[in-house]
Amino acid sequence: MLAWWRTIRLSIKELMLHPLRSSLTVLGIFIGVSSVIWLLAIGEGIGRKAEEQIVDLGARNIILNTVKPSGDQAGEGLYGVTREDFRRLKNTLEGHLERTVPIRALSKEFGRGPRTMEGRLVGTTAGFLEVMRMDVEEGGRFFAPIDSIEERPYCVLGPEARNELVPYGDPIGATVRIGDEFYEVIGVMKQKKSHSSDEKIKTDDYSKDIYIPIETFWRRIGDVIITTGSGLFKRDIVEVSQIVLEVQEQDQVLEMAQVVQDTLAAEHTMPDYTMTVPFELLEQARTTRLLFIVFLGMIAAISLVVGGIGIMNIMLATVTERTREIGIRRALGAKRHDITRQFLIESIVLSTIGGLLGIAAGLTCPLLASPVRRTLFYLFPSQMAALPEEIRNVEPMLVTWSIPLSLAIAVAVGVLFGVYPAMKAAQLDPIEALRHE
Amino acid sequence: MFTSRPATGSLAASIHNLHKQYVLGGETVHALRDVSFDVPRGDYISIMGPSGSGKSTLLNLLGCLDTPTSGNFFLGDLDVAAIDDDHRAEVRSTLIGFVFQSFYLLPALTVVENIEVPLLYSGRLDREARQRAIHLAEQVGLGSRLGHRPTQLSGGQQQRVAIARSLVNDPRFLLADEPTGNLDSQTTTEILELLDNLNKEGRTILLVTHEPEVAEHTKRKIVLRDGRVQIDERMRPC
Ligand SMILES: Nc1ncnc2c1ncn2[C@@H]1O[C@H](COP(=O)(O)OP(=O)(O)OP(=O)(O)O)[C@@H](O)[C@H]1O
Ligand SMILES: [Mg+2]
Repeated sequence: MLAWWRTIRLSIKELMLHPLRSSLTVLGIFIGVSSVIWLLAIGEGIGRKAEEQIVDLGARNIILNTVKPSGDQAGEGLYGVTREDFRRLKNTLEGHLERTVPIRALSKEFGRGPRTMEGRLVGTTAGFLEVMRMDVEEGGRFFAPIDSIEERPYCVLGPEARNELVPYGDPIGATVRIGDEFYEVIGVMKQKKSHSSDEKIKTDDYSKDIYIPIETFWRRIGDVIITTGSGLFKRDIVEVSQIVLEVQEQDQVLEMAQVVQDTLAAEHTMPDYTMTVPFELLEQARTTRLLFIVFLGMIAAISLVVGGIGIMNIMLATVTERTREIGIRRALGAKRHDITRQFLIESIVLSTIGGLLGIAAGLTCPLLASPVRRTLFYLFPSQMAALPEEIRNVEPMLVTWSIPLSLAIAVAVGVLFGVYPAMKAAQLDPIEALRHE
Repeated sequence: MFTSRPATGSLAASIHNLHKQYVLGGETVHALRDVSFDVPRGDYISIMGPSGSGKSTLLNLLGCLDTPTSGNFFLGDLDVAAIDDDHRAEVRSTLIGFVFQSFYLLPALTVVENIEVPLLYSGRLDREARQRAIHLAEQVGLGSRLGHRPTQLSGGQQQRVAIARSLVNDPRFLLADEPTGNLDSQTTTEILELLDNLNKEGRTILLVTHEPEVAEHTKRKIVLRDGRVQIDERMRPC
């Protein structure tokens, strides 16, 4: 034990004799290790963010959205997901679904006394809160199934709608005008925090919404939307804007999505709806992250191999340079494996120091991320702007296992690239080594 | 080939028909031819002879740094000519102390650390090692230079470090190849006194030298010529 310790101290001493040479040798490993940690942290940051956004949408959900068919395909009248679709899906997937939530949304004018505002009127059912991961403020409530069945004129306000329409006092029980009709407020939504920033999966801004039971919506508002403008008259008929199906088991989501696809395809000849499966995106995000890790791993591996070759190069030079020393040590009783050990430890010490410095640099990653980003923005504004949003604004997250991993890799590089020079040193003939000038 | 056990007893070593040849570019160099002699315990032998006569070759063989082409060489009961590389290293570290003409200290290490090096290989690098190294440094008169590096010492001082180092594993044999070859006469006398004392303490010493005055210190003189023992003369009883 003492002998090992002595050998390690000795090799540090040897390396200190050539500080510049040793530090340049260490540089390769340093860069390799710190890039492993940085790049893994960046990959993790990107992946986590994407996953959070997707989980926001619900990993067990299948979301159907009505879209208006484009151009000449657009006939007069009804398009999109229908009440019939909703009923059929519910029957077909019976037993596999946790919830089915239909949503019908429309821009409307809201008012209360002299106050008015533009917002979105949303007709939905009790399950809405769960699938959207939203909640109502204390004191109020969301719809009960009975409210929908009885088509009651109840409404729930989004936080912004509440601020505009009922700025003072208790909103519960207040009467709000929607279009030409009056509704009683039974609850107020809590502000929803959103992780989203990606266009594709952006969760909507719900704060100006007013929610009413969907049966009430169908009865009182109806399906027909008439848009008029200068020389423009449009008549759209939409029954359901969105259906959220929450599958019971996550591993059935993809299978169920296929069933949904098949069920709807039979009825819809026009492309008048889209299906979003967040779980698919989740899978995609995972695959992307995995690819990222593999890709980064390759970069890191290359830089570590280059670092290793640097170490080997220096160690070979060292062995030649210290041939006399090897002879002396052999004359003083060193066996071949003592010499091997000495030089191997020296290369491991080199690579480990590089590794430790690399880890230290890697740990600064979360701290340095935003200054680095700002500098890059300052230096290359247009290039940075062209980057995808999630890469531009990534918050790197240190991956704990990357630290022991990269240290282990550094040590392994030291061993791998130190073995050959060390064996060469040990193979020298003692007398010839002693004679060496 | 002579393989029977030699009469050991008071012998520290015995050498029988030792041959050493080098093949250099198709030409065979006979560095040693049929060298035989016994070394009683406590002997003090100077090996002399013209340059190229095989003195260093002989010393390297006796020190287990090299293997003979043929012949036998016993250290105590052990036939050293027949053992493998690791075993020879073990013999070097336990039975033999080397002193060289050019000192061969390790420049990165201090005086004490240089003295400790052989302990690393004999497995005796324990807690007392440092004390032992310091004690030896004091014995050779370098008690005040413990932390110095070889380059900060004079030739004589460096050779003292080398002698202290050769003693650290308490070897039976001390082999010195022209230990005073690089030293002035004043320092030579000091180093020889050191060696004389070591011999008085019972250590067997073989030293290679060109200088008759150095040989005068020893008890026995072996002169080599063309790889053969030309003269083997005892000046003092063992
Ligand atoms: N490695 C070697 N390869 C070839 N020949 C060698 C080798 N080592 C020694 N010799 C030859 O063996 C002979 C004896 O050499 P050795 O070094 O033993 O002489 P020496 O008596 O020590 O001489 P000096 O007094 O100059 O040190 C010389 O002819 C030398 O050239
Ligand atoms: Mg010689």
